[in-house]
Amino acid sequence: MQLAVWTYEGPPHVGAMRVATGMKGLHYVLHAPQGDTYADLLFTMIERRPERPPVTYTTFQARDLGGDTAELFKTAARAAYERFRPQAMIVGASCTAELIQDDPGGLAKALDLPVPVVPLELPSYQRKENWGAAEAFYQLVRALAGPAERKGAKRAAREPGTRPRCNLLGPTALGFRHRDDVAEITKLLARLGVDVNVVAPMGATPADFARLGDADFNVVLYPEVAHTAAQWLQRNFGQPATKTVPIGFGATRDFVREVAELAGVDASAALADATASRAPWYSKSVDSTYLTGKRVFVFGDATHAVAAARVATQEMGFTVVGLGTYSREFAREIRAAAALYGVEPLITDDYLEVEARVAALQPELVLGTQMERHIAKRLGIPCAVISAPVHVQDFPARHSPQMGFEGANVLFDTWVHPLMMGLEEHLIGMFRGDFEFHADAAPSHLGRGAPAARSEPSPTPPAAAPAAASLEASQTVAQALWTAEAEHELKKIPFFVRGKARRNTERFAVERGLSTITLDTLYDAKAHFSPR
Amino acid sequence: MIALQPVGDGCVDAPVLRERGQREVFCGLTGIIWLHRKIQDAFFLIVGSRTCAHLMQSAAGVMIFAEPRFGTAIIDERDLAGLADCNAELDRVVARLLERRPDIRMLFLVGSCPSEVIKLDLSRAAQRLNARFAPAVRVLNYSGSGIETTFTQGEDACLAALAAELPAETAGAAPSLLVVGTLADVVEDQFARLFAQLDVGPVRFFPPRRSGELPAVGPNTRFLLAQPFLADTARVLEARGAQRLAAPFPLGIEGTTAWLRAAAHLFGVGAERFEHVTTPGRERAAVALACHRPRLEGKRIFFFPDSQLEVPLARFLARELGMQLVEVGTPYLHRQHLADELAWLPAGTALSEGQDVERQLDRCRAARPDLVVCGLGLANPLEAEGLTTKWAIELVFTPIHGYDQAGDLAELFTRPLVRRDLLAAA
Repeated sequence: MQLAVWTYEGPPHVGAMRVATGMKGLHYVLHAPQGDTYADLLFTMIERRPERPPVTYTTFQARDLGGDTAELFKTAARAAYERFRPQAMIVGASCTAELIQDDPGGLAKALDLPVPVVPLELPSYQRKENWGAAEAFYQLVRALAGPAERKGAKRAAREPGTRPRCNLLGPTALGFRHRDDVAEITKLLARLGVDVNVVAPMGATPADFARLGDADFNVVLYPEVAHTAAQWLQRNFGQPATKTVPIGFGATRDFVREVAELAGVDASAALADATASRAPWYSKSVDSTYLTGKRVFVFGDATHAVAAARVATQEMGFTVVGLGTYSREFAREIRAAAALYGVEPLITDDYLEVEARVAALQPELVLGTQMERHIAKRLGIPCAVISAPVHVQDFPARHSPQMGFEGANVLFDTWVHPLMMGLEEHLIGMFRGDFEFHADAAPSHLGRGAPAARSEPSPTPPAAAPAAASLEASQTVAQALWTAEAEHELKKIPFFVRGKARRNTERFAVERGLSTITLDTLYDAKAHFSPR
Repeated sequence: MIALQPVGDGCVDAPVLRERGQREVFCGLTGIIWLHRKIQDAFFLIVGSRTCAHLMQSAAGVMIFAEPRFGTAIIDERDLAGLADCNAELDRVVARLLERRPDIRMLFLVGSCPSEVIKLDLSRAAQRLNARFAPAVRVLNYSGSGIETTFTQGEDACLAALAAELPAETAGAAPSLLVVGTLADVVEDQFARLFAQLDVGPVRFFPPRRSGELPAVGPNTRFLLAQPFLADTARVLEARGAQRLAAPFPLGIEGTTAWLRAAAHLFGVGAERFEHVTTPGRERAAVALACHRPRLEGKRIFFFPDSQLEVPLARFLARELGMQLVEVGTPYLHRQHLADELAWLPAGTALSEGQDVERQLDRCRAARPDLVVCGLGLANPLEAEGLTTKWAIELVFTPIHGYDQAGDLAELFTRPLVRRDLLAAA
């Protein structure tokens, strides 16, 4: 059993719902107890979809358990087909239905419906949402991808002058900025002279899946969802797939080069277009100098976390002090990136462990998910969202891609916004007693609702998670006592670096066996740890 | 002595359409979202799956809590395969939780569909943990599973568990009144003032705001239900000797007056005094309702089942605001507790219990009502079809009971209509 205050991912059947809801002409019959229809709200409220998800639930109750729940499933599946007349169906079980073992796949087969019915085996007590989405997409691709005559055979050469075409794989319903990323990347590909064959699963019908094999190559936008399906397409249709995810200015340029090579087109025009993104200039302009070396903690799904760490270090000039993911399937990618920045990778889906790590590291900015907003609020640290899970405010009305050149612009604005602006930061460093613009107040450009370090975060997090212990000797530092004078001096350090200063000084004292921390210890530690 | 107001027959014997099919409702776990705020030193630990945890954060996650007072012990493969002893695992999780939250005085182990299906005995777990953590923490259990409970029934299950634990009143205790059902704090205070002015008392409220303030119960306790979804809680209280005062629910002017009158009647309050105390509230409420009546009068309303509040709400909207009831759906119809409400419903009102959502949607589309009360899974899709909706969950999260909330309650129904007109005019 795992104690969960918050969970980063839903159960795997929610992943399958994201695939079904993104598509058209597909219906999902889900064996599930009454109440599991809450998942409809994710789509109708968080994503604000104007139609019900194409999901029929059996919604069995306790009184049904004594009877024939299998018959209930068959009735629901038959009724769903009659009512919605989909081109294809997927059937499966939620976590409770998995326990009663009615075998939706076998039952649906016995109904002998006149459309393809794809059974999904989603182990709910073992796997999670993204795995469920990837598995659903993969099973649909396996069952429906065509054209049949192309399978395993070499595609005939195209007419000379035909533009190369690719599939965009991975966007789903309820994906973080998937809507705008697809628009942005489609535009970018068009500029390169590459056509989009099929976007899947989002927007595709089962019939569109039969055209997947017609593309020259695949663009994998979200490996968490599309990696398995892309591998299958590579094996069966000989389509290579892109490996770079175009989040950030540098990654987008790498992506352009990779696509150009796969498509056999000239990328120089697209690469030379200096007006493509304003982010590099914004970051170079002197106003951004104060961003240099800001300590950031990055957490999210593996794709967004790895991309954010690269943007943070190479394009914003931040220092990445922590990097982690809840995507266990992509732990290797995170480990490789963490090695790049010399930080210890954090692979966990335990919210309390992430909280402990953030508290231990005392970053100046957290780039994370909706859950990290909770942590950052509690610890009084500025925060921006870079990855799902997200709530309704991160499905905005305006165009807000994360990918491509416009995505880089969005990232710059979003990440800088929560930080205190340069002049205010200077003034607070100089004058501390101001009654409204004091060090413990929120950045004034954020009004009153922003994180303000009202009380200093406690040095040891309340949940002594295992990660914290391995990190720093946080238990022993408490032994060195602060003199009143040193404590008072510490308060003169602006709040966003105060946590780090406290930690460094205590570490310095412990390492030297000092039992008290005086004014001198504070400044000795400052000199010792000053950037060289 | 004041006489109880006689009521007509309305829908007392009306036929009810009972349907089975897909039910688009919440499970009882969602009750935790308001219960954890009402009982401030209680923690709700769901024993369930990732689905349960996901439900809770999807329903409550938009609020950025630094520290919610609920969580989930997620059952995993090792627990199911018998590799880990579920009970030992649960004890470990609870110990970790209580270490993290030393301020917690009451812990509810909340059963879910998976824990019920694998027959994990949470009542024994509660006993075991009680032995370990008493007296600092009291551990109780109830089920909020979807297979057994619908939305507000989660509160019923919670309060029923708590009612069994209430201290017994002393022998020969003076007659007392217990108000049962979670009310907004402001509403609770208003009712407490009214009871004091009527000289009705002692009055206690259940659930209490803190776990240390549990009211005593016994044969001299009379209780008034403030919410219509408390069937099991009432049964437990009755088993302990308490007696329920039959009354409609305190929604709108009529409902509130009749509800207060039931208490006043019990304590022998004179008619004159009752009039004197309740008149200011009734008059204020009438003023507040008068501005909403023109917008709602004659409008046709359709209720999808959600919280069991549907019948009292429909009664209020029909009688005090002149709305026409197209269909009143409820997840569960407790005829005895709703007897007075049903009598007040206009004769011929179409009532339905349970749900087949597709067929109910067909009926709704065919009727083209002016306003549809439904859950969030249906609201935006129906709006996109051109119907105006009022999402039902808000009715559980907003102070709506009593005289001084009657106007606010009406406003919840006029707001979507006003908005539609505003946007159409733009």
